[in-house]
Amino acid sequence: MKTLFAGTALALVLGAGAVSAAETTACLITKTDTNPFFVKMKEGAGAKAKELGLTLNTYAGKLDGDVETQVAAVESCIAAGAKGILITPSDSRALAPVVGKAREAGVLVIALDTPFEPIEAADATFATDNFLAGELIGQWAAAKMEDPADARIALLDLNPSQISVDYLRDNGFLKGFGVDIKDPTKMGDEDDPRIVGNDVTNGNEEGGRTAMENLLQKDPGVNLVYTINEPAAAGAFEALKAVGLEEQALIVSVDGGCPGVQNVEAGVIGATSMQFPLKMASMGIEAIKAYAETGEKPKASEGLDFTNTGVELVTDQPVEGIPSITSKEALEKCWG
Amino acid sequence: MSETIPSTRRAAQEFETVIDGADRRVAAFDPHRRGPVEKLQHALHSNPTLVPVIVLLGAVAVFGVISGSKFFSAFNLTLIMQQVSIIGILAAAQSLIVLTAGIDLSVAAIMVLMSVIAGNLAVFSGVPAPLALIVAFAGGALAGMFNGFLVTRVKLPPFITTLGTWSIFFALNLWLSGAQSIRSQDIDAEAPLLKVFGETIAIGSARITWGSILMVVVFLVLWYMLNKTAWGRHVYAVGDDAEAAELAGIRTRRTLMSVYALAGLICGIAAWASIGRVGSISPQAFYEGNLQSITAVVIGGISLFGGRGSILGALFGALIVGVFQSGLRLAGVDVLWQVFAIGWLIIIAVAIDQWIRKVSA
Repeated sequence: MKTLFAGTALALVLGAGAVSAAETTACLITKTDTNPFFVKMKEGAGAKAKELGLTLNTYAGKLDGDVETQVAAVESCIAAGAKGILITPSDSRALAPVVGKAREAGVLVIALDTPFEPIEAADATFATDNFLAGELIGQWAAAKMEDPADARIALLDLNPSQISVDYLRDNGFLKGFGVDIKDPTKMGDEDDPRIVGNDVTNGNEEGGRTAMENLLQKDPGVNLVYTINEPAAAGAFEALKAVGLEEQALIVSVDGGCPGVQNVEAGVIGATSMQFPLKMASMGIEAIKAYAETGEKPKASEGLDFTNTGVELVTDQPVEGIPSITSKEALEKCWG
Repeated sequence: MSETIPSTRRAAQEFETVIDGADRRVAAFDPHRRGPVEKLQHALHSNPTLVPVIVLLGAVAVFGVISGSKFFSAFNLTLIMQQVSIIGILAAAQSLIVLTAGIDLSVAAIMVLMSVIAGNLAVFSGVPAPLALIVAFAGGALAGMFNGFLVTRVKLPPFITTLGTWSIFFALNLWLSGAQSIRSQDIDAEAPLLKVFGETIAIGSARITWGSILMVVVFLVLWYMLNKTAWGRHVYAVGDDAEAAELAGIRTRRTLMSVYALAGLICGIAAWASIGRVGSISPQAFYEGNLQSITAVVIGGISLFGGRGSILGALFGALIVGVFQSGLRLAGVDVLWQVFAIGWLIIIAVAIDQWIRKVSA
């Protein structure tokens, strides 16, 4: 009985593969289909696929961290005979085995935005240099503050899972600011007395507000706030405003979503590092097309183990030596 | 004959004299005295809010000693009130459902959906804010009635019903909002009334928000309704034994329907409060609010089997969670151990409930 099922499944897989030989299929698997970042990614992939004549199947987890749904999506893509999979892994380690299966089946796997661990688990990674994104806002903050030695830093991270995008931005920021970060793959292991503490936000306003309140409770003198993304930054600002400390603290963030850029314009966020989800997705589709035609796999950017899709610092208070664009310019390129 | 009768009587009386010395009670309860543990068990049974109150006071005292003035300050204690206010209000709605032996997984989804509807109407469509809020309240009540309809008419178990509507309401929320938050500044400019529950009253270093006050008021009103009105007694009766309640002449379906509608309305009110609390309107917020509200209800000593527990218990339950989180955080405990502690609280609370239930009333 079991062999019969297995046989049928195999036949189905082969059958599907045969069909798609005529027409190249690509898969896009995002963490959620709710976050505007992934919505933009889907738009970019969809537009490019149409232009190049590829069939695009899209899948998404229910919420950030939903590993099971993503595993099932990868399996569906293998079964559907896709030529390539673009994926933003919800868990950079847990998804590695299943994409390994996909690669064995001859599918090109490209990680978008969030690198796998190890990064070689995918054929290529198209991502923002998240460490650099953090470094830029860290350097900006150091230049902006009167005396960085007097900084009281609150770190508002994503969640307790220590995923790559989370620790890369966090540690990048600290390094840019001039803190000894110890293990660059760990958050919260620093012993610099200027750090008030880390707390988690789940990347939304509610979490940002509560986390900021908690850290203010630890030290009401917080004057520099790093946030994992702009919704968390908006929440942190509300918490500061509620106790009348919004003038005391400088807020920096990463993302470049349109509401975030508007918050830079409004003075809520001092500076943010903008990333380009649309570009990641359209580059990914191009790479799958090239792989389908020539079998050639994309190469990483020089000096990095992934392909950098670019990051730009957005601020209306530029400092010398750090190139940046204004919020007005950024509004033209923002996503969401 | 006339001689013998008295003599036999006398003989019988003599024979029966032993009865005088015998135990004459016809039937009596086991005279066995209650030990202190049993006394406690009985006290808790007749007064189910006692456990959460003791735990709450105990936790405040312990964390007060460990973390000192950082924890035990008017500022921090009122901050805890602020932080639990939204989950607290949801827990009030949840308590109503749990008292009828149901469970509602959709409370937070209804709330977030209604906040998005109110925000879209007031901020983007130019609808006057009071009208937008009325729509949100009515929408909340309607959503609750939809749950109630499925439970009472289609006869689906509450768990399955609300598991389904949770997803439905969440999806509608993402569709309506485009998964985008409505920014704080836009709300300030167009409809500041939406954020009124975020306003604070400062008394010394205490910071009491209108949202915290709203939470307490919601609980007091519900406490009155449940304990001092016929409707309230019906809710308890239906939760304890729906069949017996029906035989006693209570219209159980109508009672259940009213409970679900009221719970939905409270979620609509929570939507208003949540906008003030968060500052912006975030479609991604409170994704686990349903489970957190159940946690508060359970820790508050309200029986998941229905018909037993005081609604005020849920308020204390919510506060206990807030106190633990704040206390552990200030003691420098990592987030994951806070989650660990809350897990144990739930298990211990339900274990105590089971133990109390063993008492025969």
